[in-house]
Amino acid sequence: MKSNIKKQLVNFYETMYRMRRFEEEIFEFYKKGMMAGLAHLYMGEEAVATGVCAALKEDDYLGSTHRGHGHLVARGADIKKMMAEILGKETGYSKGKGGSMHIMALDKGILGANGIVGAGIPIATGAAYSAKYRGTNQVAISFFGDGASNEGTFHESLNMASAWKLPVIYVIENNLYGISVDTRDVTNVTDLADRAHGYGIPGVVVDGMDVVAVYEVAKEAVARARRGEGPTLLECKTYRWQGHHVGDPANYRSRKNPNEKAEWMKRDPVVILKEKIIKDEIASEAEIIKIENEIEKEIQEAVKFAAESPYPDVSEAFTDIFA
Amino acid sequence: MKEITYAQAVCEALDEEMERDPNVLILGEDVGFIGGNFKTSVGLLGKYGDLRVKDTPISEQGFVGMAVGMAITGLRPVVELMFSDFLLVCADQVINQAAKIRYMSGGQVTVPMVIRTPIGAGRSSAAQHSQSMQALVAHFPGFKVAMPSTAQEAKGLLKTAIRDNNPVLLLEHKMEYNKKFMIDDVVEPIPFGKANIVRKGTDITIAATSALVMRSQEAAEELEKEGISAEVIDLRTIVPLDKDAIIDSVKKTGKLIIADDSHDFCGIASGISSEIADDVFYYLDAPIGRVSTPNVPLPFSPSLEFPIIPSKDKILEKVREMLK
Repeated sequence: MKSNIKKQLVNFYETMYRMRRFEEEIFEFYKKGMMAGLAHLYMGEEAVATGVCAALKEDDYLGSTHRGHGHLVARGADIKKMMAEILGKETGYSKGKGGSMHIMALDKGILGANGIVGAGIPIATGAAYSAKYRGTNQVAISFFGDGASNEGTFHESLNMASAWKLPVIYVIENNLYGISVDTRDVTNVTDLADRAHGYGIPGVVVDGMDVVAVYEVAKEAVARARRGEGPTLLECKTYRWQGHHVGDPANYRSRKNPNEKAEWMKRDPVVILKEKIIKDEIASEAEIIKIENEIEKEIQEAVKFAAESPYPDVSEAFTDIFA
Repeated sequence: MKEITYAQAVCEALDEEMERDPNVLILGEDVGFIGGNFKTSVGLLGKYGDLRVKDTPISEQGFVGMAVGMAITGLRPVVELMFSDFLLVCADQVINQAAKIRYMSGGQVTVPMVIRTPIGAGRSSAAQHSQSMQALVAHFPGFKVAMPSTAQEAKGLLKTAIRDNNPVLLLEHKMEYNKKFMIDDVVEPIPFGKANIVRKGTDITIAATSALVMRSQEAAEELEKEGISAEVIDLRTIVPLDKDAIIDSVKKTGKLIIADDSHDFCGIASGISSEIADDVFYYLDAPIGRVSTPNVPLPFSPSLEFPIIPSKDKILEKVREMLK
C-alpha cells in the first residue's frame, strides 16, 4: 500500500475518532442536564462524512442537516466553538442563537445545518450554481437523510442541478429511519440512489460503514462535478447508534428484527477501521493510542471551554436580525 | 422626464443594476425567453445571457432555496415569483431559511436576495392569484418589505432592494404594470424606511401602500372639492416602517386612515394601527380607520370582486364616515 494512502487511513481514523468522542461528550452534557434542548447524534455514521469530506478542497461548500455534528468535525470546524454553541454559550459559533441544529461555520464552507428536513438541499444547489456562475471550480456537497429524499426540495433540486450541470454531490445518509418510521415501509424502492435515474444523473450505492468505499465514490463524484459534468447522487447505507435525538430510546427499531441494532453495531466504522489499521500494520497500536490521547486532550479542552464559557447577555437576542 | 409603464420601470431597474454589478442575476418562471409574465424582464436574456437570466422549472421551493444559497456565497439573486400567492408554495425557504439564516448563524452570513412578486386583486383571477401577501412576510423578522406605488418608486425601491445586504420582498401591484407614468430620466435608489408625503393636507391623514397611494391621491382630489384637506403618505416600506412620518402627520390632522390591500384581520392596516396606537392616542379625534380587504377569499366574478376590494371609493367612504 502506498504511503500516502496509509497516511490517509490514519487521518480518517483521527477524524472519525474525534467525531465519536465529541458526540459522546454531547450525550454526557444531555444526561447531566448541562444542555438545553436536544441534539441529534451522528454516532455510527462517521464513515460517511469522513469519506465524503476527504474528497473536498478547502474552499468547497457543504450543506448540513439537523444531524450535522459529524459534517462539521469532518471539515475541521473548531470543536470548542461547536461545543460552546451546543451549550448555548456566547463563545459558540452563533453566539448561542443556533444551538446543535443550526451550527454554521462559513469559514469552513458550511452553509448551515438545518432544522427543516430537506431544506438545505436547494441551498447547497444554489451554492453550486454560484460556484459555476463565478467560475471558481468549487463544488457543493449536500448531506441529507433518507427522510429528506421524500421531500419536494430533493426532487426539485436534483432536477435543476441535472438540467444545468451544476457542480453538486447529493449524499443520502440512509440510516433507515425517519424518526420512528421505517423507510422501507414508506418507500417502494430498495435503493434510494435509483431515484437518480429519474433525473438523468448517476446514482451510486455504497456501504456507509466503510470509509474507504465512501471516499472512493465521493472522489469520483467530486471529479465529475469539477469536470462540469453535473451532479451525482450517492446513497450511503448506514445506521445511527442512538435514537432520532438524545431523548429518544428508539425502541421502534426492534419491531422487525430484535437484533437489528446489535447487528449494525458489529460493523462499527470506527472500530473496524482501527482494527484494519493495526492488522495491516499501517500504524501500530501504540501509535493509534497516541492519536487517541491527543484527541482526548483536545476534547477535554473543548468540554472545559464550553462549560466555563458565559451565557450570552439577553441583549444578544436582538442582534444579527438585519445586516 | 419620460413616460413609461410600471413594468418597464421594473425592467429598467433590473437592467441598470445588472449592468452595474456583475453579481446580480435574475431567476424565476418565464423571466427569460418571454421576458416575464408581466413583461418586467423583456430583453434581459438577450443582453445578459442564460446564466444571468434563468428560466426555471415550476419549482418554487427549489429556486427560491437556490437563491438563498447564491446569496450566502456572494451573488445578489433577484427571484421573480409570478404571483405573491406562490409565496406559500415556498414559505419555508422564505421564512425559515432566508429570513433566519443570518440570525441562526450569529451574523456570520448576509443574505442579499430580492423576491419580486405582484400583489393585488381586480383581474378576476380568483382566490389563488389575487392575494396580497405583505402581512405574512412582514410578520416574521428577517425580511424587509417594500411596496412601491408609482413607476418611479418601483424603479428606485428595486434598486435599493438589490443593493441591500438583507432579504427583501418587493411587492409590485399587478393592476399598475401596464399603466403609464412620468418618470425621471435618471432614478436613484430610494432609501428604505423613509415615507413620502405625496400630498399635504390638514384635516385627515391617509397612510397608504402600493397602488392605494394613487387611489388615495385621487380620493384627496375629490375631497378637496368638498373642502376637505387630506394628507397622503406613501409608506414605501413596511419593514422598516417610518412610524414617525405617520405620527407627525396625525399630530397635525387628528385623524388617520391606513389603506392597504392585505386582509383586514392581522393585516398591514391593523398591524400599523396597533403599532402606533400608543404614540397617537391623545392626538386622535376619531378611531383609526382601516381600508383593507375583508376576511373573505378573493372571489372570481367582477360583481363580487370589485365591491369588496380597497378602492378610491372605499377610501372616500371611510373619510366621510370619520368626518361625520
